[in-house]
Amino acid sequence: MMESDLATTTTEPVITAARPAGPRLLGAVGDGAEAGGLARYRQFHPRPTPAVAGRPDRRIIEMAEQAGLRGRGGAGFPTGRKLRAVASARKVPTVVVNATEGEPISHKDHFLALRAPHLLLDGAAWAAAAVGADQVQICIDRNDRDAITQVRSAIAERLHLEPGGTPVEVLETPPRYVAGEETALVHWINGGEAKPTMTPPRPFEKGVDGRPTLINNAETMAHLALIAERGAAWFREQGTPDEPGTCLVTVTGAVGQPRVVEVGVGSSLLTVVRAASGLTQSVGAILVGGYFGAWLPGSALETVRLSNAALRPYGAALGCGAVHLLPASGCGVMESARVLEWYSYESAGQCGPCVHGLAALADGMKTLTMSGRTDPAQLERWAGDVERRGACALPDGAARFIRSALTVFADDIEDHRRGRRCPGSKRAGLLPIPSRRGGPIWQ
Amino acid sequence: MAMKYRVRLDPIRCTGEGLCADLFPEAIRMDDWGYPIIDGRPLSRDELAHARRAVAACPALALSLEQVEHRAFPDAEPAQRAHSR
Repeated sequence: MMESDLATTTTEPVITAARPAGPRLLGAVGDGAEAGGLARYRQFHPRPTPAVAGRPDRRIIEMAEQAGLRGRGGAGFPTGRKLRAVASARKVPTVVVNATEGEPISHKDHFLALRAPHLLLDGAAWAAAAVGADQVQICIDRNDRDAITQVRSAIAERLHLEPGGTPVEVLETPPRYVAGEETALVHWINGGEAKPTMTPPRPFEKGVDGRPTLINNAETMAHLALIAERGAAWFREQGTPDEPGTCLVTVTGAVGQPRVVEVGVGSSLLTVVRAASGLTQSVGAILVGGYFGAWLPGSALETVRLSNAALRPYGAALGCGAVHLLPASGCGVMESARVLEWYSYESAGQCGPCVHGLAALADGMKTLTMSGRTDPAQLERWAGDVERRGACALPDGAARFIRSALTVFADDIEDHRRGRRCPGSKRAGLLPIPSRRGGPIWQ
Repeated sequence: MAMKYRVRLDPIRCTGEGLCADLFPEAIRMDDWGYPIIDGRPLSRDELAHARRAVAACPALALSLEQVEHRAFPDAEPAQRAHSR
């Protein structure tokens, strides 16, 4: 019975955009062909400075540094520093836009590619100018047909209206979570399987075709475009001094309208919930940062703010900005078991501790859900034993996730262990688990 | 100052043969699934010989000695390690 629960794919929420006060990225929504396309977009956004291969434009790099922009894909690396590292290499660099978005409850990059393709392409163009690149590759999950079509038609429009820019192409990536990890992406672009490789070297030193490669998340590129247009001080008008700017948040779960919203970093969770038309049920727990993130207790709903500083005490981080509100009627133990099963499936199968450790964590959590006959302390130990043991950070994510589950759902786990399974654990799961049709695809 | 070294493992290459933990238990122990957990601390002069034996014995060529040095790009691994995406 549990088996079928775990395999259930719940319907993906229909994502629409909310526009709270002063949207930035979402202010560019509707720049696709049906909304007037590039001609209309250029009324509000100047054409980026053309990239000159091998000649970085340091002014753009300085603006990114002064803006304090950090990557919005999950790791939060300072974008300006990454630009500088790529630009200071001897070979002519190349640019990769990462819009693969393998995180099952995040839809922001999909949304940007679909509804603001010219903002995305401008971001990539500014990035290419910043580092002096001679090509741009935009990576989108091959199952995300709508976004691929939209970005390709925006590229075609540019070739027609603005010829002579840096060559841009869309690459359709394998539909796997770790395929979006930067070393996996580079390995795949270079003709290999979309599996992580050992670092160093990191892509900024040796990436696509062995050249220094700037890989940024799609949202990060979009912010970069607006920073280049409007300046670092403008960017800092929102967010906190330590974590400036806005961020896209994908809100799903017990809300009236699941959607992508844009808020200043450090805004309250309640702001985001209100922008998604409020709660539909009382909340049991909150998953912040996606499946690669951590659970917060439902009690955090009223107080917590969406910044890394505010989330740190919970062992959580903003990550890719996905927030899921689990209703109190759901079972956090079972949902955690389903997510750990997802982790185990998503392992590239390369590193022993990841292959065996994630399977052990998933099995343990499943047993906890069904019979309670697992010692949570054992799972805690295994979490420590998988951490930092893989070539990529997938096991680290699983460790962080299960630790938060063991903490936040401690009382529920105790109930399950005493044979008092909650009603929620006997219903179908709530969190979406991607379909496994077609089996593992790495090419 | 003398160069400091530490043991480095390539987890993709590692097949869990376990020779390393037998040869250098001071810095390498096995997990519940038969794969080595490496203590990445800088090695003392006495330990270095043991480490070299463990590195040489690995049939998967997964172990190496790495110089402990100032890293050119220290933030490449953020405090809270996350996927760079």
